[in-house]
Amino acid sequence: MGRMRRAAVAAVGALALLSPAACGGADSGADQEVEVFTWWADGGEKAGLDGLVAAFDEQCDYSFVNGAVAGGAGSNAKQVLASRLQQGDAPDTFQAHAGTELSDYIAAGQIEDLSALYEEWGLTEALPPGLMDNLSVDGKVYSVPVNIHRSNVLWTNKSVLADAGITAEPTTLAELFTALDTLKAAGVSAPLAIGKDWSQLMLLEAALISDLGPESFTGLWTGATDWNSPEVTQGLENYSRLLSYTNTDRDTYDWTDAGKLLMDGKAGFFLMGDWAPSDFETKGFTDFGHLAFPGNGGTFQWLADSFVLPQGANNPEGTKCWLKTVGSAEGQQAFNIKKGSIPARTDVNEADYPAYQQSAIQDWKTGTQVPSCAHGAACSQGAIEAANSAIGKFSSDQDLAGLQQAMSAAAALGKN
Amino acid sequence: MLTRVRRWGPGLLLISPSLLLLGVFVYGLIGWTIKVSMSDRHTAAESDGFVGLSNYVDLFTNDINGRFLHSLRNLLIFTVVFLLGTMLLGLLWAFLLERGVRAEGLFRTVYLFPMAVSFVASGVVWRWLMNSGQGDDAGGLNAIFGQLNLDFLQNPWWTDPEWGMVAMAVPAVWQLSGYVMALFLAGFRGIPAELREAAAVDGASTFQLYRRVLFPQLTPVALSALIIVGHMSMKMFDLIMSVSGAQWLTEVPAVYVWQTLLTSDYAKASAISVILLLLVALVIVPYLVQTMRTERRS
Repeated sequence: MGRMRRAAVAAVGALALLSPAACGGADSGADQEVEVFTWWADGGEKAGLDGLVAAFDEQCDYSFVNGAVAGGAGSNAKQVLASRLQQGDAPDTFQAHAGTELSDYIAAGQIEDLSALYEEWGLTEALPPGLMDNLSVDGKVYSVPVNIHRSNVLWTNKSVLADAGITAEPTTLAELFTALDTLKAAGVSAPLAIGKDWSQLMLLEAALISDLGPESFTGLWTGATDWNSPEVTQGLENYSRLLSYTNTDRDTYDWTDAGKLLMDGKAGFFLMGDWAPSDFETKGFTDFGHLAFPGNGGTFQWLADSFVLPQGANNPEGTKCWLKTVGSAEGQQAFNIKKGSIPARTDVNEADYPAYQQSAIQDWKTGTQVPSCAHGAACSQGAIEAANSAIGKFSSDQDLAGLQQAMSAAAALGKN
Repeated sequence: MLTRVRRWGPGLLLISPSLLLLGVFVYGLIGWTIKVSMSDRHTAAESDGFVGLSNYVDLFTNDINGRFLHSLRNLLIFTVVFLLGTMLLGLLWAFLLERGVRAEGLFRTVYLFPMAVSFVASGVVWRWLMNSGQGDDAGGLNAIFGQLNLDFLQNPWWTDPEWGMVAMAVPAVWQLSGYVMALFLAGFRGIPAELREAAAVDGASTFQLYRRVLFPQLTPVALSALIIVGHMSMKMFDLIMSVSGAQWLTEVPAVYVWQTLLTSDYAKASAISVILLLLVALVIVPYLVQTMRTERRS
């Protein structure tokens, strides 16, 4: 009995020692600190985050705590985040792709509605209406986008095109096919460079935008457009034809490997988002041009990183100040100049940005916004994953009817 | 009563920590996984709706593109090649070493050493070796074949839609053959010399000696090797992730679980895990039963 009591006393003592430490941590956190959870751990992304933090320090009275989890292009971070959210240990704010990829968090009640703050901060007017439409779920907005990338961009190797005698940029799919044929005849082994599943999905989306136009294309992901319509079939056939001009070992290539085909002059065109030029330039390749994917016209297919206010954040006021910085013109400029993307706001001074970004900002202001499935703006994580699997299968067996059926099923995932 | 407690008590007390840990973290969690696999928890949101076996039925009948069946087919090809490759090479090497080569210790180490490398590390190297480019774009083994004017040997390796998994098994065979060799070698060494002598006295030829006397005694070793390599094959994940990454071509159930987990489809991931567990149990349980029987007999 005596021994039991002693053990109990020891246990209580240990708990007593632990609890003030725990409380102390929570107290100071609630007052001062904002833990920002991202997967921006190095390169241009880290530089962008540092710029954002500098703006945050100026605008807010809170201190920034870096909760970055490196590696796996965000997949590690997403795992850590999922378990923290489940344990009710949410960071004060976390990074997530803006748009439908948030639908899981919204359905689970893990993030808060920010519509009122959008009004208060004037974000509703600062962001283009097309983007506001894409972001809204039942009329509510749940995240603040910090940047915009464009995914429907075709990069060219200028000398390869010139050597093959292609002088005019293709503006329609038909002209693109002619140019690809010309390149093939000139002995270019893979006229159109492409990487594995998700980058093939980007190509499929670009082809569909050309055949459906922006509105019907967006409808594919919201359920408004029928995947089995003849227009979609036409788009998939065009995609299938485009794929026949690509490098056959595409499934072994990451996007940087495919980009290298363009740099080495083994390809004339390369479809990739506009994070590609910073990779080109680091590797000393400057002989590239860019055009919107032929047939897409003024359609700007976007993807964005954004920040949210999690349910049960320790320091919601601090998080709101962080979100305000993220949405502010200063914060967006500080971030985007370093990361190589463009601000989501339209009231920015283009002259502050490098040449490519200037043209992208122009297109962003004047174009029609459509969301990207491959990068989570239009699709939930489950839908992206199922679409990538279907794309991977098509790459190996070219079964067009199967692709159409599978994409239709994938797009329906996460819609309940 | 008290004497019985005295006899059993201390032993039970000693193993109770491990019993408790196993009970909670292995069997308890298996039970929990089975429970999740019968729920409708397809998103990050909490949900405890009971749906019976419908997640299992969906995997076999209603998966997009028959993805689960595809992953099982991939696993089957991989396992057959992996098992055949390691068993044949392992037996061959053990046989050669057993015949008494010079520097046996050196060869043993050389063959066994690949096992010390992790699948992740060797996978990265094999990813490069099995570069699918051919002709001018060739790299890795294909480039070597090209330089030796053996162009007909160049092949797409794991990117072949039908037989890619055969190539995927090559690194696994390379890595585990040495281990199987070590098992067989121990088996050979465990056979008493008297038996060989008796066979020689009876006038058995070398072929007959191996066929009738030595190989039959290796059956238990072969069974152990099959079980060990077989259950590794069923759970194969790291090698495939480092050679090809997660993608349709090379997807096996373990990779599929990972992909499903990443999308927070807990119910589906649990259902695949339970099927995987059953597959492994199919291999291991008969072995355990057999071992227990032989132990009881002796």
